Amino acid sequence: MTVWRALAGRGYLGSAWPWRAVAYLASGALFGAVVLVVIVSGAVAGGVLAVVLVGLPLLVLTALAGIPVAAVERRRLRLAGAGPMPPGQHRVPDRPGLAAWLVVRLGEAATWRELAYAVLLGVVLWPLDAAAVAGGAVLPLSMVAAPALVAVDGEAKVAKLWLVDSWPGAFAVAGLGLVLLAAGAYALGAVAGARAELARALLAGKDSDRVTELVRSRVRLVDAFEAERRRIERDLHDGAQQRVVALTMTLGLARLDAPPGRLADQLATAHREAERALAELRELIHGIHPKVLTDYGLEAAVADAADRSPVPVDVDLELPERLPRPVESAAYFVVCEALANVARHSGAGRAEVSGGYGDGRLVLRVRDDGRGGADARGGTGLTGLADRVSVLDGRLSLSSPPGGPTLLRVEIPCRPSPMEDPCG
Amino acid sequence: MPALAHGRPLRIVLAEDSVLLREGLIGLLTRFGHEVVAAVGDADALLAAVAEHGPDAVVTDVRMPPALQDEGLRAAVRLRAERPGLPVLVLSQYVQRAYAAELLDSGDGTGVGYLLKDRVGQVEEFVSALAEVAAGGTVVDPEVVRQLLRRRRDPLARLTPREREVLALVAEGKSNGAIARTLVVTEAAVGKHIGSILTKLDLPPADDTHRRVLAVLAFLRA
Repeated sequence: MTVWRALAGRGYLGSAWPWRAVAYLASGALFGAVVLVVIVSGAVAGGVLAVVLVGLPLLVLTALAGIPVAAVERRRLRLAGAGPMPPGQHRVPDRPGLAAWLVVRLGEAATWRELAYAVLLGVVLWPLDAAAVAGGAVLPLSMVAAPALVAVDGEAKVAKLWLVDSWPGAFAVAGLGLVLLAAGAYALGAVAGARAELARALLAGKDSDRVTELVRSRVRLVDAFEAERRRIERDLHDGAQQRVVALTMTLGLARLDAPPGRLADQLATAHREAERALAELRELIHGIHPKVLTDYGLEAAVADAADRSPVPVDVDLELPERLPRPVESAAYFVVCEALANVARHSGAGRAEVSGGYGDGRLVLRVRDDGRGGADARGGTGLTGLADRVSVLDGRLSLSSPPGGPTLLRVEIPCRPSPMEDPCG
Repeated sequence: MPALAHGRPLRIVLAEDSVLLREGLIGLLTRFGHEVVAAVGDADALLAAVAEHGPDAVVTDVRMPPALQDEGLRAAVRLRAERPGLPVLVLSQYVQRAYAAELLDSGDGTGVGYLLKDRVGQVEEFVSALAEVAAGGTVVDPEVVRQLLRRRRDPLARLTPREREVLALVAEGKSNGAIARTLVVTEAAVGKHIGSILTKLDLPPADDTHRRVLAVLAFLRA
């Protein structure tokens, strides 16, 4: 429900809406006046003192004034019945601390847009709010009060212009005041609604900001996901795997000492199971995040994936140095998925992985001589990988005419990165 | 289980950063009559222990502190460069062909082994692989071999499936007799296969052990 919608309905005058409209505009007028004083004094004092440097922090503070002003204005919107408003599109600083916060705030468009709104509020909007309240509420009320004033003072001055000193005149003015009060209630509702829409439009920010923030958060999610996979791999590798190796060794030794019979048979079974668990654990760890990718990079990991493929794979891939980890991971898992699809669906007798790095981008191609007809949307697992690649601003394309050949191409812009902290 | 050769008692330097496994390996090696003269937890300590004790053989993990990458392998390659003829058996938690190739390329490719860590569970086979390495043989993990076989690339393309099987077993460090038992054929047949493999891989006639090693290397580099 907004004040505008209420205007169209019946019973507006008897509802809380006229009061809310007045409250919205009156508080806007008050708040705007305060904002004007704060911004002007901040800017003037900061500008004067800037010569001796102490003014600079004051100027910075003034520049940031839009942020709390916008927050208050967003809250005030509720008075006008505007629906819930998302908070400002301020980014969360990557690092803790005041310096990082300041850098982010001063560098983003939202801060300056909110400052602009605060200035507009202080210079233009609040006088308009005040004028609307004066015209729509104060004037009619003073007219309604005319008989009381005449009774007390013997005369009443309506709007400081119009002197009334007779009872009939006073009651006529009061009657007119009542009519004007009703009309004013509608007018105030309309003005408050317009004012709220304006504030909303100015404070909502652009979609592009939100998109940028969404993209950023998506990248952060993928990074976190990636780090988590590596952590799980490391924990399994250093923990569970070592323990199961020790277990198989102990069982192997126990078998040597066991006299032939049921115990020896049971030990043999336990030993076999432990070895199977170990083999499965090794495959599992490899699937989560292969060590060879962490240690040796994409080139070696792709060669390793090719070695594991049941379909013979030729690899022709040369990379100058290590690439950023998210890029290596995304590219590696695309190749793995592509090779798995080759083995599962294509009926190919041969596949080839080729590619390299040039012009600031990594390009990988996976080609097979199978029957083609592959569909990236057909739940082949490539959709998820395409998403992952797109987070890195990369592209994944698939060409697979019926009858083949199938060519999958992935392209990711990146810069070679020196070896990062292996524990990161 | 076929009787496996456990070889002569060896003085061994062991490098493994997981305390659990280190203690287990010491127990295992001692059980088979070997003496672990030093058991260390990182690559620098390994180099120092070898310098101090002059062991008969070294058993080392690939991954060790501080970076937990391939410090053990680096140390092994360095040891083989500094001390030709020192048998080194490297244990890896996962198959990495680059590791195997680098290790076997070090020195002349004899007295060296690369096994998945999982194999220590097969205690007798593990100990016999160690004996094989200590006697100057070359041992490559069956898993590495299996991955290589999938690639079917030249020059191995010229080998028949049976010859590839034989070569894989050679790479695992098995003798002709052991290969014959595994494939259930006569030892003479194995000899014929090996002769054919060596010819197809264009390996120069030299003493048989050396040519076997070269065949394994050709296999790994394929």
